[in-house]
Amino acid sequence: MTLTPLFPELPRRIELEAPTVDAAIDELNARWPGVRDRLCEPGPAIRPHIHVYVDRERAALDTPLAPHSRVDVIAAISGG
Amino acid sequence: MSRTLLVVGTRKGCFLLESDERRHDWELSGPFCEGWPVYHAVFDPASGAIYAAAASEWHGSAVWRSPDLGETWTHSSEGLAYDDGDRRLSKVSTLSVAHGRVLVGAEAPGIFESKDDGATWSLLSTLAGQPGSEVWDDPANQPPGHLGISALMADDSDRDRFWAIVQGIGVFETTDDGSTWTPRNRGLRADWPRPHEEVGFCVHKLVRSRVDGDRMYQQNHVGVHRSDDGGASWNEITEGLPSEFGFAAAAHPHDRDTFFVVPLDPGHGRTMPDGKAAVWRTRDGGSSWQRADQGLPQRNAHVGVLREAMANDTYDVPGYYFGTSTGQLFASADDGETWSEIASYLPGISSVEVAVLD
Repeated sequence: MTLTPLFPELPRRIELEAPTVDAAIDELNARWPGVRDRLCEPGPAIRPHIHVYVDRERAALDTPLAPHSRVDVIAAISGG
Repeated sequence: MSRTLLVVGTRKGCFLLESDERRHDWELSGPFCEGWPVYHAVFDPASGAIYAAAASEWHGSAVWRSPDLGETWTHSSEGLAYDDGDRRLSKVSTLSVAHGRVLVGAEAPGIFESKDDGATWSLLSTLAGQPGSEVWDDPANQPPGHLGISALMADDSDRDRFWAIVQGIGVFETTDDGSTWTPRNRGLRADWPRPHEEVGFCVHKLVRSRVDGDRMYQQNHVGVHRSDDGGASWNEITEGLPSEFGFAAAAHPHDRDTFFVVPLDPGHGRTMPDGKAAVWRTRDGGSSWQRADQGLPQRNAHVGVLREAMANDTYDVPGYYFGTSTGQLFASADDGETWSEIASYLPGISSVEVAVLD
């Protein structure tokens, strides 16, 4: 994962409460300032090569979260 | 004994090389910055910090900072964005640290400043209002690899005065901290149509003499040029060089008439002519040039050197350093007379800076 080395003690898996993907990223950003800039670009929107899935469906910032939703944040595999 | 520190920005992170004042044996550390592409990395002699302007394809742009010569790093892009929704910051390209603040140049063209050691940033200037600036953000004018603000050069004695290069447009000077700008391209050559008289020049690298602030040199897309009036006017000094094209350049720290360039083939390859690596030096302000290649590969060396990938130190007998876009790092500890390869297998090198640590 390309994100976790950027923020000390950011775990690969975390449980939190949030009504949307956007709010979940806000929650992460409150604990690890700067996370939002690494996942989102001005707009705001999720960065082009970062994919977010909610319960295995491709999601956007305004995608709602249900109790016990699973959110996966994946950096696209590319480059060399 | 002094220590000599090289700060090297590469396509896969930042590296450091350290030596003593003999500059013979080097110890390498890195990669730093999590392997992000580093466009320019610099050392701040006032604070001892290293800054690296980097842009990840996945995570965007940030300026990294190490306060302890690479032991620990932080990064921030807080404020590194344009409020105008149509204007997109694709990368941070170049850094300048002086007078207790950090400036970073970006693409689309803009200059941001940080007064808190890189923790937060604010937009200082986009050079709006300069001739043609209304189309700088046109995607047609922003090809892949475009750097936007490709260089910033501070004035050591005047915080409000500095120079900026807009890639493919030219040099601009401000004397009021970015509120107003003056194009400084008079006398330059351009072999293409230009809609505005004062701009439209492809300035690759601008350097200034440490002993005479009015003496400047530049490697341009078409020629090498000298200024004796602080950039107000330029005279071409290309004659005697094997190519008018190149990127990197360095000015002698104690002699205003000595200046180095790395001529390259001007086509798409942009590598050393005939596959023979060489640096060219003038000791008379560009009236004559000498080829310096002792110790450099003279066969099958199809290497290029990018605009920020050459630097010199400030010892009495200065050392010069240049990195190639294929990851070789060469050094001379005797004012460019002889050269040796001090790193062979780095990622492609974007920038080389050097500091003398007492």
